[in-house]
Amino acid sequence: MAILGALNPMLSVGLDGDKAWRLADYVKRGGYSALRRVLEQKIPQSEVINEVKKSVLRGRGGAGFPTGLKWSFMPRSFPGDKYVVCNSDEGEPGTFKDRDILRYNPHSVIEGMAIAGYAMGAARGYNYIHGEIWELYERFEEALDEARAAGFIGSDLLGSGVSFELFAHHGYGAYICGEETALLESIEGKKGQPRFKPPFPASFGLYGKPTTINNTETFASIPYIMNLGGEAYLEAGKPNNGGTKLFSVSGHVNRPGNYEIPLGTPFATLLEMAGGMRGGRKLKACIPGGSSAPVVPAATMMNATMDYDGISKAGSMLGSGAVIVMDETTCMVKALERLSFFYYEESCGQCTPCREGTSWLYKVVHRIENGQGRPGDLDLLESVTTNIMGRTICALGDAASMPVQSFIKHYRDEFAYHIEHKKCLVPVDVQRAGSSFFTATV
Amino acid sequence: MEIEIDGKIAQVPDGSTIMDAAQQIGAYIPHFCYHKKLSIAANCRMCLVQVEKAPKPLPACATPVTNGMKVFTHSELAVKAQKGVMEFLLINHPLDCPICDQGGECQLQDLAVGYGGSASRFQEDKRVVFHKDVGPLISMQEMARCIHCTRCVRFGQEIAGVMELGMANRNMHSEITTFVGRSVDSELSGNMIDLCPVGALTSRPFRYSARSWELSRRRSISPHDSIGANLTVQVKNNVVMRVLPRDNEDVNECWISDKERFSYEALNSSARLAKPMIRVDGALREVDWNVALDYVSHALKDVISNSGEASLAALASPQSTLEELYLLQKLTHGLGSGNVDFRPRRRDFSSDGKLAGIPWLGLKLSEIKNLDAALVVGSFLRKDHPLFAQRLRQLAKKGGKVSLLSSSGDDSLINLHAQLTVSPADLPLALAAVVKAAAQLKNEAAPAGLDSIDPCATSQAIARSLLDGEQRAVFLGNAAEQHPQAAQLHVLAIELARLTGATCGFIGEAANSVGGHIAKALPTALNAYEMFAQPRKAYILLGVEPELDCYDPQQALAALKEAAVVVMLTPFGDGMAPDYADVLLPITPFTETSGSFVNTEGRIQSFTGVVRPFGDARPGWKVLRVLGNLLALAGFDQNSSEQVRDEMVPAGSPFVAGLDNRISGVPLSLSLMAPAGELQRIADVPIYFADPLARHAPALQKTRDAVAPTARMNAATLARLAVTDGAPVRLRQGNGEAVLTARADETVPAGCVRVAAAHVTTAALGEMFGAINVERA
Repeated sequence: MAILGALNPMLSVGLDGDKAWRLADYVKRGGYSALRRVLEQKIPQSEVINEVKKSVLRGRGGAGFPTGLKWSFMPRSFPGDKYVVCNSDEGEPGTFKDRDILRYNPHSVIEGMAIAGYAMGAARGYNYIHGEIWELYERFEEALDEARAAGFIGSDLLGSGVSFELFAHHGYGAYICGEETALLESIEGKKGQPRFKPPFPASFGLYGKPTTINNTETFASIPYIMNLGGEAYLEAGKPNNGGTKLFSVSGHVNRPGNYEIPLGTPFATLLEMAGGMRGGRKLKACIPGGSSAPVVPAATMMNATMDYDGISKAGSMLGSGAVIVMDETTCMVKALERLSFFYYEESCGQCTPCREGTSWLYKVVHRIENGQGRPGDLDLLESVTTNIMGRTICALGDAASMPVQSFIKHYRDEFAYHIEHKKCLVPVDVQRAGSSFFTATV
Repeated sequence: MEIEIDGKIAQVPDGSTIMDAAQQIGAYIPHFCYHKKLSIAANCRMCLVQVEKAPKPLPACATPVTNGMKVFTHSELAVKAQKGVMEFLLINHPLDCPICDQGGECQLQDLAVGYGGSASRFQEDKRVVFHKDVGPLISMQEMARCIHCTRCVRFGQEIAGVMELGMANRNMHSEITTFVGRSVDSELSGNMIDLCPVGALTSRPFRYSARSWELSRRRSISPHDSIGANLTVQVKNNVVMRVLPRDNEDVNECWISDKERFSYEALNSSARLAKPMIRVDGALREVDWNVALDYVSHALKDVISNSGEASLAALASPQSTLEELYLLQKLTHGLGSGNVDFRPRRRDFSSDGKLAGIPWLGLKLSEIKNLDAALVVGSFLRKDHPLFAQRLRQLAKKGGKVSLLSSSGDDSLINLHAQLTVSPADLPLALAAVVKAAAQLKNEAAPAGLDSIDPCATSQAIARSLLDGEQRAVFLGNAAEQHPQAAQLHVLAIELARLTGATCGFIGEAANSVGGHIAKALPTALNAYEMFAQPRKAYILLGVEPELDCYDPQQALAALKEAAVVVMLTPFGDGMAPDYADVLLPITPFTETSGSFVNTEGRIQSFTGVVRPFGDARPGWKVLRVLGNLLALAGFDQNSSEQVRDEMVPAGSPFVAGLDNRISGVPLSLSLMAPAGELQRIADVPIYFADPLARHAPALQKTRDAVAPTARMNAATLARLAVTDGAPVRLRQGNGEAVLTARADETVPAGCVRVAAAHVTTAALGEMFGAINVERA
């Protein structure tokens, strides 16, 4: 069972069989029909891009940038190589949707990339898969072999004269390589560090050539858009938020896992699909879009709808769709300490504010959590985050700062209590009661 | 493009950055990682400025100018951002300025005064970074000071061509380091010390010896290679403490080679000669100047009256100043001898008298970057001319086609268009093949004598590259000048240049390779080789150590040992001099005398002494002038080195006249077969043995480039000799022999043995490019 639950699904339809990832199974589900139609009818490139624009598919990697618009940035008449790159370097804590797409539906990514390559005139593609999911890298290579043998990738696709060669590339587990320009550096064999922009990848990307980078889920959605038509896809979601989306629900719910729901579905519905709160406890907070998104208190969250605009209205970001659910047993200082450690550890070390600032943030939060907090620490944290935000080469500095700012904003009393009393506001036994680790072992 | 910075308008070309525009109008934007010669990294974030309509502060170094852009470098937003970055830079910095070598010349220290807080909000433990041992030149003992600007990394990648340093690890544990166990001593690595904005990379020989504010800065000129790098020599208490580059975009840009940077140690060496010495009863004894000079004048007069004027010969180092060379040739000619030369490493003099003018580079150094293609013939490029090679590296990087035709397969660290490595005997043939290929491509008749040559694909590729584009050049390197058929190579290079429309030039061996011609320190009788091949009774040696500096040291030593009088003007009194010299006159090196060097592009660069002479040492030109007086010769009444110079070149002229590389009257005669059966020697002059100063610099002598010579051969040659890698071999040339370790080296052409010259262990051997006998020892 790939996806734990779905409402009006597309991506996760028909993935129940144990060979769902095989080419034969994908074709039986209607796979590669979109690519075949595009190639056979020689649909003009601009029409494909228009269809994607009409669908209002927004980038599923986290930034939510309209995909069709991004595709239209690629120079049409560039002489020489152009590239499409798939970002499967899913490393944000809480996010595990691309992994399942590659595990159960890899051919949808391949078909989506082939259509994208056709639409943007790129004859080469790379799928950058992070190193921790080695077995899925191998599975993707197998899927590529199948597709190549069937003529869906390679030279002269289905006798159309169009070529699209696609390669898998695996990383070694650096979160920063999910940043698109660091990813390009990594493919080029260099140390994965973000590039300064401008120039943007659409003009100076992989090996200095025009390149478009999209998330795995974005590419996987393309065949469905081409089959349904852009407008129908848009209508599957809500205005300005086209289609369905996978949400990785984790934390204090009864059935953590991936759920596909139309954008605009209420959070309450998603929570219900995930089996509700574990042990019937009360929701305390939710990080709705991966660990870098600001935390949202329970009351606001319960009224929010799961789409880019809805979550933005709730004061956070839909991001990659990683919904981290926290119940009343959670110590928010401890939670922030863990998040800050991640960003400190994963800062690439290239630019000053992030390299120095993320370690400073972690050290202070760590101190507070361990009863060494000092008066003035919260102001210090806020000041350090403002000194990081907007002054770094890439968005990791912002990603490290937003949790700190939002946690302190919404749960200042808990932090203050920690500093003053050198212990948690949430008693330790309550915390332990809520933790599966302690309930399993104690 | 028009841009307004702090209310001032700047006009800049398209593609400029805010930093470029700010520098143009003299607005200072604080920065660390930005450097005019390196790629933009935008990682320090110190140069954040406010740009109108931009929501966030932008890095000035990386933000392209748009028309009508308004920039504020000191607005509240900008200063707040800059101060924020400064705080981050300082939180993990040890703030050990009082004991830091960089103190007083540290960009972080300077900017911290303007942008740093007076107290730190950072109350946590600071980062600890382990020290690294990276060899004798650069100290990386305090790496916690590093601010990760990556200037050193980018320098290696972009300028030196070799990535000696890189940034390992992530996050605040990022650290600058070498590959495991490697040293940092490529021929340009010392520049990283200058580039480092903090005290992380410091000069190991200079470390803890002086504070920057105690040093006075004096201008000087490099006495080493033919580029004539501009130097700042730093002096404390009359001692040279340190040498730094002085910016001159037309000559050395902002770089100098390690040889230029670290050979100052030789100036303070214990081997310096403090007093004149003369041989009395078989042993050298210290005497006063008047005694020594009196002795010399009488000894020379005696030899001349007994054996005739032609029994006197004078040999100078091409690193001598223009003034010294001039007075030496004047003295020798004044005494009636035409045996004077300044080219001790030369073998073939058949072009003497056939040249249209003075051989030189053929173009200005600053024009190299405009070339479309260049061919270098006969050169150990990187080690012979580090800065010239650097210019070619930049040329290749921006698409110029650089080819190398030589007897060395050493990695030039240049992205070469084509490379041909042949034995020295085949070098003229290989060049002839390129000439033939060029003639074929142009449908012209090849010069007579090249009929039987069939150009290979590489020769054709080189010829084709020289036919494309606007400006091309053919450069003859040191090995081409030292080659036994140097004149043939010269004729061929000129022919190739004629056919392709390229410029032909000589890179030039030493600081005064052009200057020696201006000074007319050239033979009218016996040349540098003949004066030892036909032993003379008296020799005057100016700045040369013949056992190391001559083409055939064996022959030179034999002649010197038999001579009645050997007068040596030298800064150093060690080595083999005590074996053959009868008089040692201590002269001063470049820091203690005034003089001039004429670099390979003909640029006259005069300099003055920066410290008082060591001991009783005196400037060479003064010694020669007094000697001229004592010998009652006419024309030795100059009171300053400037007066001497003005006798040769019109005062105030920046470049010398009469430069011309054309040659006529040397017939082309190629021997089509290399001598069969016998092994040939390829002698390189290792970079840190090339001149007496470098040879006496302790730190340079500890580098990888200063290891003792080995006998390098390819596997086939080793097998033919039944010698294994690492085994001792006996090398024989003429009457001399040396035992060295055999080393397998596939870059050495077949039938050749590469044995370095200029080293005491090979001084007993003979010619640099002759036949050599190798057997198991």
